[in-house]
Amino acid sequence: MLGVATRTPADRPAESTSTNGSGVITRGANGNHAPSSWGLGDGAAIPWEYAPAPESRDVVTLKERYGLFIGGKDVAASDGKVFTSINPATEEPLAEVARATAVDMDKAVKAARSAFRRSWGSLSGRERAKYLFRIARILQERSREFAVLESMDSGKPIKESRDVDVPLAAAHFWYYAGWADKLEYAFPGRVARPLGVAAQIIPWNFPLLMLAWKIAPALAAGNTVVLKPASTTPLSALLFADVCRQADLPPGVVNIVPGPGAIGMSLVTHPGVDKVAFTGSTEIGRQIFKGVAGTDKGLTLELGGKAANIVFDDAPLDQAVEGIVNGIYFNQGEVCCAGSRLLAQESIVEPLIEKLKDRLATIRVGDPLDKNTDVGAINSRAQLEKITELVAAGRAEGAEMYQPACDLPERGYFFRPTLFTNVAQSHRIAKEEIFGPVLSVLTFRTPEEAVEKANNTPYGLSAGIWTDKGSRILHMVKRMKAGVVWANTFNRFDPTSPFGGYKESGFGREGGMHGLHAYVRLEDR
Amino acid sequence: MSPGRIDVRKTYKLYIGGAFPRSESGRSYAIASARGEPLANACRASRKDLREAVRAARKSFQPWADKTAMNRGQVLYRVAELMEGRRDQFVAEVGAAEGLREPKAREVVDRAIDRWVWYAGWADKIGQVLGSANPVAAPYFNFTIPEPTGVVGIVAPETSSLLGLVSRLAPPLVAGNAVVVLSSETRPLPAITLTEVLATSDVPGGVVNVLTGVKTELIPWLAGHVDVDSLDVWGVPAALRKETELTAADNIKRIARRPAGVTDAKFDWLNDRAAERPEWIAAYLEMKTVWHPIGV
Repeated sequence: MLGVATRTPADRPAESTSTNGSGVITRGANGNHAPSSWGLGDGAAIPWEYAPAPESRDVVTLKERYGLFIGGKDVAASDGKVFTSINPATEEPLAEVARATAVDMDKAVKAARSAFRRSWGSLSGRERAKYLFRIARILQERSREFAVLESMDSGKPIKESRDVDVPLAAAHFWYYAGWADKLEYAFPGRVARPLGVAAQIIPWNFPLLMLAWKIAPALAAGNTVVLKPASTTPLSALLFADVCRQADLPPGVVNIVPGPGAIGMSLVTHPGVDKVAFTGSTEIGRQIFKGVAGTDKGLTLELGGKAANIVFDDAPLDQAVEGIVNGIYFNQGEVCCAGSRLLAQESIVEPLIEKLKDRLATIRVGDPLDKNTDVGAINSRAQLEKITELVAAGRAEGAEMYQPACDLPERGYFFRPTLFTNVAQSHRIAKEEIFGPVLSVLTFRTPEEAVEKANNTPYGLSAGIWTDKGSRILHMVKRMKAGVVWANTFNRFDPTSPFGGYKESGFGREGGMHGLHAYVRLEDR
Repeated sequence: MSPGRIDVRKTYKLYIGGAFPRSESGRSYAIASARGEPLANACRASRKDLREAVRAARKSFQPWADKTAMNRGQVLYRVAELMEGRRDQFVAEVGAAEGLREPKAREVVDRAIDRWVWYAGWADKIGQVLGSANPVAAPYFNFTIPEPTGVVGIVAPETSSLLGLVSRLAPPLVAGNAVVVLSSETRPLPAITLTEVLATSDVPGGVVNVLTGVKTELIPWLAGHVDVDSLDVWGVPAALRKETELTAADNIKRIARRPAGVTDAKFDWLNDRAAERPEWIAAYLEMKTVWHPIGV
């Protein structure tokens, strides 16, 4: 996922590496710059330049103003208000978007209810499946347009939106399409009935992919949906409305109502909603949980994380370095399951950090639309401020910071890939979800200590294990209090593979057969 | 009973960590039969008793979860075996508590025993039914397995003192969780007698803890306890339900609710189709997905 421009050890001039007698490479005290091993002097940038490889924006035709998508129609907000979605890489406005009000939420829920009663609820699974297959196909056909728009609106590198977000979103619709007429095989001995109207609130880190995770299983099970995209990234969801039109999806089956976070609560608490699905921070998840307390609404929450990425001394280090980099710098670290805590076994921590620092120096930060870019723009000014604040806290609390000396664009919200060593479990950077390209390195001696430290968090979304031993992988898997465990890899997703958290990372699963469960009521045969 | 003999009456106590303590608070409350005759005094558990119970449950959770599924199934089946031997005692207590004539009370007790058997059999099957191998589009063996959530708080049904309790208790147990039960407030005695069965079966001490007392007093502490991972709100009085769920939200507790439209008083626990549900076990399981590399 993250580009590979690694140099092999053979590239390293021999005279500038030193060993401590045990074969462990050491580095001078001043580690805050590009590897001195390149002989370029402290603070030098990457020793080679890439020619710009910009992806064309021509494939995207932005409208000046987007309405809400309610009952199959493009409508203005009830009070006529709009907000502006900006490109976080340039801080330039992209389009105006209608800002939904509580009145609009009511309209959208009613449109969804009406579609559930009239068309969608009585349609056979076989016919629902065909609509979902159509959507998957259209997403594939318009993939470049979606990828470019997604990168413009969210700041993520084009190679991620092109190779990960959009293909996976299409794959989710494809996968769940096939379930629509096979629900009886997903729940043996029971009859699965749709719940009705699903209210879905999604975050800004994977706007289209999260939309697909939410809408595909809901529709496959026979529900209709009202989806609120995040206020900083509404555009791919509004383009998806156009896909629904192209697919001739009956009006009201999918409704899209962008607006600020606060307006989401009026959707969650709407009495016409039967099910609420939320992906976002644990803090907001708690509020949403409270919003459905005491009702009969179904609820699934996919919340924050502080994943441990555990590297044992027998792990293939070069492969682990790629995995660690992919774990925390993929999507600027704005990933709920990011491997933000590196737990390295003490005996290999020095060479591992050395290799990581070398690798960091080759990461290209910059224009999200450049095909060479590894780390794009932080999604918003607010998020950049949050990352900056937590990184300052890390330094203030005594952790040692390393950042490669890369140039950042003059405009836009960018942050250097950051590595902290000498981190204690009590530091904020080891406890709080940063949601940015910031890695905290901790160490352990025994597998028991690794388990203890990995689980020492209220979160439990994901974990990574790096070792050559298959039996050790499964030993550790069993002990991780986490919903997804990656062995010798990280941040992999697949529509067939259930995803979701333990503990305060939420409940319910998205993806796979298990993802259907959140959208059905089981009855006796 | 011969008229000349004085009964040896039973003291009904709490069940915490495999022991039978009285409430540390020294409090009790009087329990009457469905007809209003005095039956016994039950312990009125305190917040401190509840914390002790949660501590005992947390301590015993992992060893219980780590037992083999077949072993857990046998341990729970043995609960049915031991109840079978004490049927008459349960029939008398359930009859008095719920105001049932003997044949009906006997049916209820028999069904409670059979329900243990039904759920015990799931121990080594639920993982096969709910787990999956996932055909991902990458060179990984990808599989999903269920694991128990942890410590489960159960607010037991208020009306059905034994059968309702067993029907809500067995699912989290067979899944491998440890539980803290708040028994029926007005009909707590069959629950305590059940703990005497549990104590002499092979269910490890601390895996099941039972408190009797005043629900309005105990539910907020149970719902707010951060070391309780999951909460069964079946027996929460309607007036308390919203507040209970608001409190439970603070540490993102999983909530197991009554099915919509079902009331505690009217639910037919004798209906096997309604009360024997694999999804009630699933409510206390977390799904773990693993990506294991494939390569030479």
